[in-house]
Amino acid sequence: MREEQPPGWAVETRGLVKTYGKVEAVRGIDLTVRPGEVFGFLGPNGAGKSTTISILCTLIEPTAGQALVGGIDVVRDPSSVRARIGLVFQDTTLDDQLTARENLEFHAFLYDVPRSERRRRIDRVLEMVELSERAGSLVRTFSGGMKRRLEIARGILHSPYVLFLDEPTLGLDPQTRNRIWEYLHDLRRREGITIFMTTHYMDEAELCDRIAIIDHGRIVALGSPAELKGMVGGDVIAIRTRDDRSAAEEIGRRFGLEPSVDPTGLRLEVEDGASFVPRLLRELAVPVDTVTLSRPSLDDVFLKLTGHAIRDEEVGARDRMRAMAGRWRGARGRR
Amino acid sequence: MEELVEPTARRPERATVDIRRASMRAVYIIWKRDVLRYWRDRVRLVGALAQPLLFLVILGTGLASALRGAGGNLAGFDYQQFMYPGIIGMAVLFTSVFSAMSIVWDREFGFLREVLVAPIDRSAVAIGKALGGATQATVQGLILLVLAPLVGVRLTPLAVLEVIGLVFCLSFALTSVGVAVAARMESMMGFQFVVNFMVQPAFFLSGAMFPLTGLPGWMTVLTRLDPLAYGVDPIRRVVLGAGGTPGALLDRLSLTLGGQPVAIWVEVAVLAAFGLAALSAAIWSFRQRG
Repeated sequence: MREEQPPGWAVETRGLVKTYGKVEAVRGIDLTVRPGEVFGFLGPNGAGKSTTISILCTLIEPTAGQALVGGIDVVRDPSSVRARIGLVFQDTTLDDQLTARENLEFHAFLYDVPRSERRRRIDRVLEMVELSERAGSLVRTFSGGMKRRLEIARGILHSPYVLFLDEPTLGLDPQTRNRIWEYLHDLRRREGITIFMTTHYMDEAELCDRIAIIDHGRIVALGSPAELKGMVGGDVIAIRTRDDRSAAEEIGRRFGLEPSVDPTGLRLEVEDGASFVPRLLRELAVPVDTVTLSRPSLDDVFLKLTGHAIRDEEVGARDRMRAMAGRWRGARGRR
Repeated sequence: MEELVEPTARRPERATVDIRRASMRAVYIIWKRDVLRYWRDRVRLVGALAQPLLFLVILGTGLASALRGAGGNLAGFDYQQFMYPGIIGMAVLFTSVFSAMSIVWDREFGFLREVLVAPIDRSAVAIGKALGGATQATVQGLILLVLAPLVGVRLTPLAVLEVIGLVFCLSFALTSVGVAVAARMESMMGFQFVVNFMVQPAFFLSGAMFPLTGLPGWMTVLTRLDPLAYGVDPIRRVVLGAGGTPGALLDRLSLTLGGQPVAIWVEVAVLAAFGLAALSAAIWSFRQRG
C-alpha cells in the first residue's frame, strides 16, 4: 500500500483533470513537489491555478486523476489532508470583528492545537509576522498587508506539513510583498515546511525553488527558474573596455566566442553568465571598465512557451470577489 | 534538475486526526465567537430593545384603547399584558433569524471558508451556529423581562427560571430553522425573501398579537404549524400566571389542539422536535457542500 510508505513527495498529482460542464479548467496535470521546497505555480488568471490548489486543499474534487498531499489521497481521506495543510487564500478569511489573537485562537481550536502549546504557538507566529504589538487589536483596523501577514501566521499555527498560498501577495505594495517573501523563506528555513504557492507575478516566481508554468489548464514547463530560463537561450553580457577591438580579439581566442562590437561596447552571449563574468575578468588582459549581465526573464520564457505574454494586471477587489463566488458555485455544483 | 538538499524537511506527522474531538472543540469555539461578537456589539444589544418598546408602548397602548372603546377589553385582560410575552417571542424570533443569517454573511466575506476547510465534521458548524444564535436570542429575550413592571406584570423567581428555559427552547428551535435556511442561501439577496415569507408570517401567526382562538379554519391550521406559537403560548402562561391571572382565564386564551389547551411540556416537546429536525437538515446541507 502506497499510503503506508513514508511519502517521497510533499505533493504529487497524476493526470489531474477538473471540468465544469464543458469548461476544462484543469486538463491533465502531473507534478511533484519535494518536501521542504518553495514551489511556485505560475500562470495568467484563469489558467487553472486556483482550481488545482483547491483540489489539493480538498475544497473541490477532481473530475479525474489523483492528488496526494504528504502521501495522502485528497479524495479518499480529505480530513487527514486538511489536518496537515495550512491555507492562505487570495481573499481574506479573517473575522475582522475579532482581534488578531482571537482569530488565531479560533484557528487553534479548529485544528486541535493542544491547550499547553496554544498560547506559546500563537505568541510565536505573531512575533514571526511582527504583529505581537497588535495582537489585541480588532482585525478591522488592520491594513491589507497586516491582514495577509496574520493569515500567514494563522496558516502555520498548527505546524502544517504543506502551506498552500493562493496569490499571497496580490494587491499588496512592493515593500509588503518583500516582507511576505522574507517570512516565507524564513519559514522554510526554520520549520522545513513545504510551500506551494500560485502567483502571476514573474518577479515572485524567481524566488521559488521550482516553478510550474501553467497555461490553459496544462503545465507547459516545470523546473528551477534558472532551468526554465535556460530553455530560452543564453545570458547576455555587455562590457566596455579600454580597447574594445583587442578585447574582442582576445575573447575570441581564449573563450572561442564571437562578441559583437558596436560603439557602446562588446556584447556576447554565454550559457551561464554569472560564472563566466569572474572568469572573463580574471583572464582578460585588456582592462574592463563596466560589465552588464542580463539574463532572459521568465517573461521571455512564458512568451516562448505559450506564444502570449502573461497578463500581469492587478485584479480589482470586485473581480476577485466574483472569482471567489464562481469557485464556490462551482464547488457546490459538483455534487 | 539539481538535487535539493533537504535535511530539515519534515515528514507529515503520522498520528491520525481525532475528528470527533476536534469537532467538539469546534462547536465550542464557533459558539464562543458568536457570543463574543454579540457582546462586543453593545449597540445591537440596546438597539434590539427599541423595536419591542415601540410595539409595547405605542401599538400596545393604541390597541388597548381601541379595544376598550369597542366595548371591553380582551376577555378580561389588559391588552398590553397579553401582548407582552408575544413581544418577548418577537425579540427571540428576530435575533435568532438574524444571527443564523450571519452564516451567509460569513460566506460572502470569506470567513466561512476558514471553518469549512478545517479538519472537522461539518455538523460542528451547524451545531455551533445554532447554539451561538440560541444564546444571543435567549439573552435578547430575557432582557425584555426588565419591562415587566412597565406593563404591570409581577414575576416570581420561579417564573423567571421557567421563562429562561422556555426562551432557550424557543431560541434553539428558531435559530436551527434559520441555520437550515442560511446553509442553503447563496447570498444576502435572499435575505429579504426570508424576512417577508418566513419571519413576518411566523410572527403574525404566532399569537403574539391576538389569541389563536376562534380563527377561520385555514388560519388556525397555519398557526398550529408555526413554531413560534409553541413558544409564545407557554411564556405567556408562565408570565401572566405568575402575575396572578386565573388559570381558567389563561386557558381561554391559550393555544389549543383539538379544542384542548396544549400542556406546556407538549409545547416544549414540539419546539425540541422542530429544532432537532431543522438542525438535522442544516447538518445535512453543510455536509453536502464542497
